[in-house]
Amino acid sequence: MGKQAEIIAEEKNKTEALLKVEDISLYFIQYASGLRQTELKVISNLSIEAYRGEILAVVGSSGSGKSLLAHAILGILPSNAKLDGKMEYNGQKLTQEKKEEIRGKEIAIIPQTITYLDPLMRISNQVIGCVEEKNEGLMKKLQRDIFQRYDLKPDVEKMFPHELSGGMTRRVLVSTAVISSAKLIIADEPTPGLDEKTLNETLSYFKDMANKGCAVILITHDIEAALKISNKIAVFYAGTVLEVANVEDFKNDGENLRHPYTKALWNALPQNKFQIINGQQPMPDEVIDGCIFYERCSKKNDLCSKGIPQFKKVNGGVVRCNNVS
Amino acid sequence: MCLEGENISFGYKRNNLILHNVNISLESGKLLGLIGDSGSGKSTLCKILAGYENNYQGKVSINGKEIPPKGYNPVQLVFQHPEKAVNPKWKMKDILNEGNNVSQYILDSFGIKQNWLNRWPNELSGGELQRFALARALGPKTKYLIADEITTMLDAITQAQIWNTVLDIVKEMSIGVLVVSHEKNLIKKLCHEIVYLDDINDV
Repeated sequence: MGKQAEIIAEEKNKTEALLKVEDISLYFIQYASGLRQTELKVISNLSIEAYRGEILAVVGSSGSGKSLLAHAILGILPSNAKLDGKMEYNGQKLTQEKKEEIRGKEIAIIPQTITYLDPLMRISNQVIGCVEEKNEGLMKKLQRDIFQRYDLKPDVEKMFPHELSGGMTRRVLVSTAVISSAKLIIADEPTPGLDEKTLNETLSYFKDMANKGCAVILITHDIEAALKISNKIAVFYAGTVLEVANVEDFKNDGENLRHPYTKALWNALPQNKFQIINGQQPMPDEVIDGCIFYERCSKKNDLCSKGIPQFKKVNGGVVRCNNVS
Repeated sequence: MCLEGENISFGYKRNNLILHNVNISLESGKLLGLIGDSGSGKSTLCKILAGYENNYQGKVSINGKEIPPKGYNPVQLVFQHPEKAVNPKWKMKDILNEGNNVSQYILDSFGIKQNWLNRWPNELSGGELQRFALARALGPKTKYLIADEITTMLDAITQAQIWNTVLDIVKEMSIGVLVVSHEKNLIKKLCHEIVYLDDINDV
């Protein structure tokens, strides 16, 4: 009986999302002039799901709120942030207390830049983190194994962050997550500045983590890297998800892609057309009534300027666009 | 005209050279791609060429003449992280015009909007800041641009927008560009010629 319950639980685990983010919005409360406060909306009505054994790539322009999503999941937003919406981890509500309890254990982040390292602390101490004395030897060995896998020489252990090159820093940051036994890994731009060999290697470690049953969220603006290893791709723009596409949809001229922005992103790659579209992503303080991509869209019509398009399921993906059916 | 680095050797520590007898030359109006592994010294070479590093052996010259240490440097370096290249306590208009008054034409070509000028650096995205960094580097006296991973942190559309503008301007002003990037596809698309740092470095 117990065995059967276990099997059922396992089956359930496979099909249910490890992390569910439902309709979250994030605001920053700012002082405008004097004591007058304003709310700046940086993420709006965003939903994503991460599954065990899968890699979800989150791609999009800089300033689209990709990193803020990661910080929201971990509960490390600044104190003037206000978060609305629902988050669930492993079937349980993910409250701020829960986030604080499980981060670093169940959920690990690979941060974006060197500034997340302590400039006055030696590398190995930062990678190992805080451990009980009896585990120190074990962790040290684990850290050395990981460093060897990442081609970091033994003398890197004793170095300070400023002594590392960009690529080395990246590998150190990846090691910090590998050493924990987290089930959900959020990698925030782990690949820029890596040469091809190191890039492929880093990606293969994420694939490994997924194969071992972790859910991986790969935040990146490098579509090519994302396509190599991911299962699904969520396309971010100005604080929301415009499309969740399958990896196979990214091919040829992008005719299988659903949203005009995703198509533009694909065709702007140097190996594709290197084609530009005009304009910029709107600033958070610019109020837009209709579709967030309206200004730059080639397919816009009157309907698009009125109200945010709702999510639609199209060809095994979802999209927020009026002109797709 | 030609920017030349001859027999350049450099190490951050004694007895630990990362560049040894590197020879590189960059012609006006040409785009030269530089590819190398991470940590191989690409950025260091960029800094030497642009006069940020003095303690090297060898010679950096334009048409055989050394670059004067004072005044406007005709070799301008733009970095990967624009947010680290601007003063966080200055408004964008002051940052932009610190070296020379940037013309409206350049601002328009980069799509820099008038209301961005009154913002602080932390109120702009990386792509927007990088436009400022390039606009101020492409002054009338600039002859060479060293672009050290300038679009690595940016999304594909912004990358294409920025490079399109840079290509137009460097063509018009006959500026030589050294394009440093890990992205081979980008370098192939942009450059006339490609060098691998490993091939020109004796370390």
